[in-house]
Amino acid sequence: MKKLIVSSLLVVGMWLPGAGLTSGPELKLDRAPTEKFSDVLSLQRGAKIFVNYCLNCHSASYYRYNRLRDIGLSDEQIKDNLLFTADKVGDLMRVAMARQDAAAWFGAAPPDLGLIARSRSSEFGSGADWLYTYLRTFYRDPSRPTGWNNLVFENVGMPHVLWELQGDLALHLDKSKDAYGNPVDHKTLQLAKPGKLNQSEYDSLVGDLVAFLVYMGEPVAVSRKSIGIGVILFLSVLAVFTYLLKREYWKDIH
Amino acid sequence: MTTQNQGLLAWIDARFPLTATIRAHLTEYYAPKNFNFWYFFGSLALMVLVLQIVTGIFLVMHYKPDASLNASGVPVAFASVEYIMREVNWGWLIRYLHSTGASAFFIVVYLHMLRGFLYGSYHKPRELVWIFGVLIFLCLMAEAFFGYLLPWGQMSYWGAQVIVNLFSAIPWVGEPLSIWIRGDYVIGDATLNRFFSFHVIAIPLVLIGLVAAHLVALHEVGSNNPDGVEIKKKVDPKTGKPLDGIPFHPYYTVKDIFGVVVFLMFFCAVVFFGPEFGGYFLEYNNFIPADPLKTPPHIAPVWYFTPFYSILRANTVNFFYVDAKLWGVIFMGLAVVVFFFLPWLDKSPVKSIRYRGPIYKTALVIFVICFAVLGYLGILPPTPERTLTAQICTILYFAFFLLMPIYTRLDRCKTPPERVTFDH
Repeated sequence: MKKLIVSSLLVVGMWLPGAGLTSGPELKLDRAPTEKFSDVLSLQRGAKIFVNYCLNCHSASYYRYNRLRDIGLSDEQIKDNLLFTADKVGDLMRVAMARQDAAAWFGAAPPDLGLIARSRSSEFGSGADWLYTYLRTFYRDPSRPTGWNNLVFENVGMPHVLWELQGDLALHLDKSKDAYGNPVDHKTLQLAKPGKLNQSEYDSLVGDLVAFLVYMGEPVAVSRKSIGIGVILFLSVLAVFTYLLKREYWKDIH
Repeated sequence: MTTQNQGLLAWIDARFPLTATIRAHLTEYYAPKNFNFWYFFGSLALMVLVLQIVTGIFLVMHYKPDASLNASGVPVAFASVEYIMREVNWGWLIRYLHSTGASAFFIVVYLHMLRGFLYGSYHKPRELVWIFGVLIFLCLMAEAFFGYLLPWGQMSYWGAQVIVNLFSAIPWVGEPLSIWIRGDYVIGDATLNRFFSFHVIAIPLVLIGLVAAHLVALHEVGSNNPDGVEIKKKVDPKTGKPLDGIPFHPYYTVKDIFGVVVFLMFFCAVVFFGPEFGGYFLEYNNFIPADPLKTPPHIAPVWYFTPFYSILRANTVNFFYVDAKLWGVIFMGLAVVVFFFLPWLDKSPVKSIRYRGPIYKTALVIFVICFAVLGYLGILPPTPERTLTAQICTILYFAFFLLMPIYTRLDRCKTPPERVTFDH
């Protein structure tokens, strides 16, 4: 009987893939530089890029400007350097663009970015990996209304906002055949026209931006973990004492 | 206790059975002394229930069940959850305790139910204890379902859409019934508000009542134990107290406190270090506000519903002039309802798995494996192979219950001991 159970489990096991929870095509994502997530300077640079390049179309409507104090900025610094579209440091990061206009211009209103790093997580990688890959794989595509397309977000409505920095990428299709003889396209991107930054500088800049987006997805994440260590330590000590209490009471039970 | 209570307590006892209640349910409620690991999950379930109620009270202070869009185009309900996460003092903790608590509730309740299967806790005279328990499980599923809509994310919205649509499979009345449940032709503001009402008032009221009934019924008949021995049969001739029983308080209160602390260590590890739990406790898609115009490519219920969701999807054949979808709904319903009949399906002369024969042991192992496999398949999008696996597991799931009257009679059981076994 045990054999039967084991073999039936094996049969079941063959049909269950380890990953592949969604039916969508597989995405190959680059790993975002996670060491930047806890680096205050990265987060500050990321905030600056976010406010300058993203916050014109995308809102972050759960986030207040003065929460940037979390990442080491003072109210004065925020007011002088980052407050373009709002009046007060206590304001939420909203945008002036009307959603109807935005939908007409881009095909869809640009999503709020407050939770983008959390919602883009999947079995292919973290939300940060998705964003890090997405922001580095825009390429020229004359067939699209904006002139841009993207490797991980096909036919995206957003143009390549960081184009001046990264430069122009062109798509190269290599046709080959897989193990079963079916034709497959290998998409690769090549730099057609350099931008203001070289590749490693651009990758680092996108890493900073992604670090900020991750932070903004859950501003409390850092303190959550440090509080958690204290809580677990407290519970460990409490576990010892409650165990001793239990043992003391149960001594006389035979 | 023979001493006469004095003062305030005496005053109360003359008007309300306070001392008598404490005695009947704590200090002179005799529980078997041989409870093992599996007996922690009842008190843990009670603890999680309290946790959910307390955190829920605080969440309701800040949450807004409103599907209209705010100035930034985000539904107010969704934005209010993020407001709790970011602006309310300790709101993130309250919310994560509540969201993790929902999954923890099902984990402890599933283990609590498995304990019943292991030691035959539903056998005579505990049929009503079991039935109240199954009713609690039903309420819990309803509570989780209603609550899951409230964050108003994509999975909230489309999960509710899928489940409410199940009612439309019922012939003739299905379509008007599903509209009546939603209060609209699609899941909308009306649905959100009534689900909110059910989640915070209606179901919790019933749940608390059922938990009270579960405990009163249990204390009337006394607890079962890993040996399945009735401790009330062997009493001290002088005191009339069960020889293998010990007062619940202090012995099991101190033991359960230790259990609660150990449980909280695991629970807090999730709350503080991985509240999303890899997308299983908080689904990634639910960080996208509900959009009635954008159906996600793959809609999966939260993990604790997936075994039943798999059974729902497993039926792909129309038979007896009834649509496959309706059969799926019927089978899913039966998969839960069949638990009610367990006390009468099990014909075994012994309760505990320790003294049961190989047939029941094998059947239980297969059942638990099928339940787990169904749960896993429910997370995944269906493929022909997976559907076949789910069909096999569904048949085995029902076979475990429906063939029980036969195989429990055939099983070669050992004779249980007269007294409980207890090593110290």
